[in-house]
Amino acid sequence: MDFISILSIFVLACFVGYYVVWSVTPALHTPLMAVTNAISSVIIVGGLIAAAEAGSDVAKWLGLLAVVLASVNIFGGFAVTERMLAMYKKKDK
Amino acid sequence: MNLSFLAAGAEGGAATPAWAMLAYLVAGIFFILALRGLSSPATSRTGNRFGMAGMAIAVITTLVTHSIANIAEIGIAIFIGAIIGVTMARRIAMTSMPELVAGFHSLVGLAAVLVGWAAYLNPGAFGLLTDGGAIGPVSKIEMGLGIAIGAITFSGSVIAFLKLSGKMSGSPIMLPGRHIINLGTLAAILVLTAMFAHTPGADANLPFIVALTIAAFIIGFLLIIPIGGADMPVVVSMLNSYSGWAAAAMGFTLGNSAMIITGALVGSSGAILSYIMCKAMNRSFISVIAGGFGADSSGGGNGEVREQRPYKQGSAADAAFMLEQAEKVIVIPGYGMAVAQAQHALREMTDVLEEKGVEVKFAIHPVAGRMPGHMNVLLAEANVSYDKVFELEDINSEFAQADVAFIIGANDVVNPAAKTDKSSPIYGMPVFDVDKAKQVFFIKRSMGGVGYAGVDNDVFYMDQTMMLLSDAKKMVEEIVKAMD
Repeated sequence: MDFISILSIFVLACFVGYYVVWSVTPALHTPLMAVTNAISSVIIVGGLIAAAEAGSDVAKWLGLLAVVLASVNIFGGFAVTERMLAMYKKKDK
Repeated sequence: MNLSFLAAGAEGGAATPAWAMLAYLVAGIFFILALRGLSSPATSRTGNRFGMAGMAIAVITTLVTHSIANIAEIGIAIFIGAIIGVTMARRIAMTSMPELVAGFHSLVGLAAVLVGWAAYLNPGAFGLLTDGGAIGPVSKIEMGLGIAIGAITFSGSVIAFLKLSGKMSGSPIMLPGRHIINLGTLAAILVLTAMFAHTPGADANLPFIVALTIAAFIIGFLLIIPIGGADMPVVVSMLNSYSGWAAAAMGFTLGNSAMIITGALVGSSGAILSYIMCKAMNRSFISVIAGGFGADSSGGGNGEVREQRPYKQGSAADAAFMLEQAEKVIVIPGYGMAVAQAQHALREMTDVLEEKGVEVKFAIHPVAGRMPGHMNVLLAEANVSYDKVFELEDINSEFAQADVAFIIGANDVVNPAAKTDKSSPIYGMPVFDVDKAKQVFFIKRSMGGVGYAGVDNDVFYMDQTMMLLSDAKKMVEEIVKAMD
């Protein structure tokens, strides 16, 4: 993709982010941080490419380490979000 | 319809097939839906599932589109990460959520640094080579910025983690001339990034990328050490934002829409949370970042002697009696409730009162606790129904009709000095109008501590205030016992 297309996606996504995040209820701000943390680990994509492709051994090991770190975040982040969200209940009286 | 375009390669750069680019776009949209779900507790879990699905799509697409020589090693790496992550997520106490989140942020930051370096060392794998067989200058700027933001996120989050978990003092550490050092280091990072981008040839530009990585690690450390414990909600939100911008910068380098969309979402999310936190403290973002707030003032080195003012102290039995007589009680929890782990006892007290026909509501200040929404999670953990929990602006007008304002572990957020005393460090911060309630119960460990802002609180000395001096959990348990 050329730089301008990428930039367009980025700018539009910032606007989407702005409106979506303002609509998040303050009661769920902690789960919001946990889940944003999990999804920002999509950076694992970069680690996977480095680990998968031949060409540089050092890059491969850096990539594998990045995959481990990002996986901790992905699994940990989604799991802890799920655990928190399961606690938000409305009790019927 | 002719779908052959799906198999075509993208124009220039990496040979990512069109279907894969669409898959990354779908992953990005799923991440938007994950955040959208959080607009209400009822839809939040569906949202989280969208997030998981989006991540699975992104990972599988990447694996399928690359010639994987090391699938076994990659599988092991993911497996190790999964075991560690899930174990931490299961074991962590809800009161420790802020340090877990800070710790997770540091991992994203470090992963960004590693990916940036891997892309530098093996640009061919990422489709970054231009016709001349070198990395283009634009790619190098993106790479340099990605590494720098990642490194700042890493070292900053490590300090935030140490402060939040109590492994390092929460009070600000002030270096002389720190503003000049910090601005100088930031300027150096920008100059190094420019020189890195401008210098062709891997041998010639290697020193620049090494130096910028090191400088970024140092600045992350320097930026967070002068910031005190009470400002941690802003810091955690800010680092959340940085981790997003780091992912976005890497997305630019790799031309990956899932990473760019996610980075933009997370970046704006953290920025908005920082803004909400700053506004709730009536402080500017710059003043928080400059640090030094909440410096230890209890030493009394200013020669200022606080006058001893009379206050009323009550027992659990007194409190229990008056709570039972009340029609409406508003509970204001703060960080002290988290420290004392009093949320379960508090829920029990609520149940007993509700059985007796007393209306109980919870009032949460945006900066209560150590991260945004901290109190809400603890109350949810203790099984308090979320429709009884209210935000500052939604409940503040109700104090005039409340019989009891029950303050547990909060202090600055009920201090009327924020409304009246222009010289107070917390002046202008929105606070709860507890002075309008008929009675105020204030659970506090002792009369000594005066909140993080280090200011005295007139609420202690009001006629209608009863101080309940004890550990929060013990006091609430005794109140519950006394009501039976």
